[in-house]
Parts: sequence; C-alpha cells; structure tokens
Amino acid sequence: MAREKYIKMLLMACASLSFLAILLIFLFIFQESLPAITRIGIPNLFSAAWNPDKGQYGMLAFLIGTLLSTLGGLLIGAPLGIGTAVFLDQVAPSRMANVIRRGVELLAGIPSVVIGWFGLIILVPFIARITGSAGYGIAAASVVLAVMVLPTITALGAETLRSLPPELKEASVAMGATRWQTIRKVLLPAGKEGILVAVVLGMGRAIGETMAVQMVVGNSSQLTLNPFQPTGTLTSNLVTNMGEAVGNFRAALFAQALVLLILSMILIVSIRFITRKKEA
Amino acid sequence: MDNDDNEHKLRVKNLNMYYGDFKALDDISLDFASRHITALIGPSGCGKSTLVRCLNRMNDLIDGSRVEGGITLDGENILGAGYDVISLRRRVGMVFQRPNPFPKSIYENVVYGPRLVGIKDKERLDSIVEDSLKKAALWDEVKKILNRSGQSLSGGQQQRLCIARVMAVQPEVILFDEPCSAIDPISTQKIEDLMAELKKNYTMVIVTHNMQQAARVSDYTAFMLVEEQGDPGKIVEFGDTNTMFTNPSDQRTENYITGRFG
Repeated sequence: MAREKYIKMLLMACASLSFLAILLIFLFIFQESLPAITRIGIPNLFSAAWNPDKGQYGMLAFLIGTLLSTLGGLLIGAPLGIGTAVFLDQVAPSRMANVIRRGVELLAGIPSVVIGWFGLIILVPFIARITGSAGYGIAAASVVLAVMVLPTITALGAETLRSLPPELKEASVAMGATRWQTIRKVLLPAGKEGILVAVVLGMGRAIGETMAVQMVVGNSSQLTLNPFQPTGTLTSNLVTNMGEAVGNFRAALFAQALVLLILSMILIVSIRFITRKKEA
Repeated sequence: MDNDDNEHKLRVKNLNMYYGDFKALDDISLDFASRHITALIGPSGCGKSTLVRCLNRMNDLIDGSRVEGGITLDGENILGAGYDVISLRRRVGMVFQRPNPFPKSIYENVVYGPRLVGIKDKERLDSIVEDSLKKAALWDEVKKILNRSGQSLSGGQQQRLCIARVMAVQPEVILFDEPCSAIDPISTQKIEDLMAELKKNYTMVIVTHNMQQAARVSDYTAFMLVEEQGDPGKIVEFGDTNTMFTNPSDQRTENYITGRFG
C-alpha cells in the first residue's frame, strides 16, 4: 500500500510540474509585457505603425498577417485534409489507405524549417513568376501553413470518421444511398464536431508556426491585405527581432507574445465549447 | 415471369457465398413467398444474417466478399454485374439488429430516402412522414416532436422509426435482421403486431434468435446450421412454420427447436 501511495505522489508531482510550468510561462510573459502596456500604451501597441527606432510599436500589421495567413492556410488545408480523411476512411482500399496514412504521418514529422525552405526556393519564385511580385507574402505563407496543418486535420478527421458507428453507414447504404450521398448526408454531419475540433487544432498549429512562415512571408512591417505583398506575422516578427531588442522594444515584443498566447487560449477554450456541446 | 415468380417474390438458387477464402454459405436454395413472412433461424454464426444481407447486396460493402449462384427479384437476377444496386436497395429495405436512426430529427430520418431521389416538395414530404410513421405505428407518439432528434427516442421507438424510414421509400420487400434483439418485450410485441399488419402489402424476411418469435410471426421457417466449426452455413430444413415447429422432419431441427443445443 505504501508503494501505491508513492506512485500516486510521483504522478501528482509530474502533473503539478507541467501545470506550474504553464502558469509560470504565462506569468512571465504577462509580467514582461506589463511595461509595454504602462509605458507604450495600448493605442500605440495596436496601431499600424511599427518603427521601434521612433518609439512606434504598433503590431496591427503582424496581427493581421497572422490572422490572414492562418485563414489562408485553413482555406487550403482544411478541405484538403478533410477530403484526404474521407478518402482514407471511406474510399481507399485498405492497403492504399495505409500507404497514404504513413505518408501523411511522415509529413507531420518533417521539421518546419525544411518545409519553409521548400517554400523559399520553389514556392516563392513560382509565385513571383506568375504574379510579377516579389513572391513573398501571405499567399506563400498560407500554402506553407496548409502543408503544415494537413497532417493534423487529416489524422484527426480520419479518426473521427473511423469512430462513427458502422450502423450509420449501413443504414444509409441500405436505404439506397450512393457512397457519396452517404458521406455527405450522414457521415460528415455525424462527425462534424470532431472535424471542427480537427480544424481548430490545425488552426492552433498555424497560428503558432514560426520558422516556415518567417522564411516566406517577407518580414516587412507593412500593413497589407494584398497576399502577394511582403508583410509579417506575430511569430515572424518575434523571431526576427528578439535577439537585439531591449527596453521598450523588448516589452513590445512580449506584448505580441501575450497576444499570441491569448489567441491560442481562445482556440483551446473554443474546442472545449465544441466538445461540450456534443455531450449535451 | 412464370407462375412461381408471382408467388415467390425473391428466389435464391444454389447460392454460395465467400468472405475471401472462407466459404460462409453453401448451396442455399430458398424461395420467399410474396406477402408472407419467412423466418431464418439457427444458432449464432450459422449464416442467417449473411444470407439476408445477400438479398439486398449489403455484403458488397465487405472487401473480398463474393457470391455464386442466383438470386432473383420478380424473376430478375439481382447478382448480375450491371444490376442497379441502388434501386435494389430501395425495393428491398432493411431493418437492423441495433436501432440505427441518423443523428437527425425524427422528420429528417423519415424523409432521408425520399430526399435521396430528389423529392423536395414540403407538402409531399410532410405527407410521406405522416404516412410512414403511421405505418410504423409511431405517429401518435411522435407527431408533436418531429423536430426532436431521432436518437432521443427509446430503443423500441427508435426501431419503429427505422421501420418508418424504410416505409418512406415504399419498398416491396423488408428484411429484418434480428430486429428485436436489442429492445424490450413490450416494444418487441409492438413490432411483431406491426409485422403482422404489414404482411398484407409486403414480403418480409426475419432473422431471429428467438424461436418463439419465429413461431409467432412467420408463415415459413428455414433452419440453418453450421455442421462443424469452419464449415459453411447450410439450410437443414425449410417449410411451413407450423409443421416445422410441431413436426420437424430432421432430427437436428428438432434438437434445436426443443432447445437441446444452440
């Protein structure tokens, strides 16, 4: 019995440690960005002007860059991922499905810097050629992010479809539905919560992705809605500037990190919300 | 269509069925009488569900399954390569062992089949819903809650909803694959009464573990058996239900219905 007790205490210590780590990171970032809020002020922090030399620390361009590239990545990646998931679970013969599943898992294991590099040497010149722009920007970042969210959405989407009761599919097929009608009218609606969670988790990955985006987004502080103009994201701006920032500059970067953290937390809370609605 | 085809809606002739290398059914020949109920009985694993799933080609869903022999519906071979399986399944509806309503409203469950063929007219759908739920003896219980989820109903009500869903496509044959094994006795009673009522217009096949149920509802009974583990399922005896339960001609049938095995 004593052993049981020790094991329980050990496990509890592990759990508390991870919780404490998260709490400390949050507190630390909050504390470090506090000077930005008090000394630079919220209006300046969320303005469109980013000139650290002149005391302008507006993150609006990066915030919009992050949101647009995430949205773009999902617009490309989510249909592809859901389509692949449906194909894996419902269409592909099992041997082919296994090969594709391994392939997608492999994609998840590719370091983001490698994907970013591909983006840099293939995608950016390609976009430059067809649009006549420099090639850097939200469009390139979106494609790179689509590749990065694909494994998450595919794996979780396929898992959701696999976990649906086989009786649903049988009922639909026995009613004379075609495979496509069964997928569209029964399986996807029945799995919509799980698929939504897959997309939101993919979104979480896209929002936080740094290296691959930084390599193709152009790293300017220009506020733009043109997907072919170089711009920046919160993460790319952080990683570009964190080495040399001091004082207010440093505090402003921490404020951006805090905004990133809050965005991620909103996503996590929304997942809880989606899954709770399902249970109700 | 000869005279026998008129009397027998579905006819199975020398049917062999395989899952990959495993032979599941051996030389099955069985005629299902029009507007009567035929019961398939036998111990677990004897192939009665497999046989019933050949009749609407649900086994097509299983990789590596194949059949030899013939099955005709109104004299037409349904196993042919070019045969329209979609229309077959609309003519031969199926009610499953576990009630399987879709996670949709009661209304949407019933109109699922009609919507598949593109019926959009609201009034027409409304009347299909009322009509089908009445045929399934469920209308009075659900007419005020048609927008509630089909999965919120009790097990017995769900099974009758599934029957209504099948009714909505106006099938000619209804296959029941152990329809009462997952529901309570009162609901079972309701479904048996319903089957007796539906017999006027539909040809029905019921797979059941429950011999009393077979004796109560069916006109004809086929007894199936797997002789040795790994052998395919065969029909031991087929005939009029009364005769079969009172005076079986095969010793194995007698052993089974008197509860000596299985």
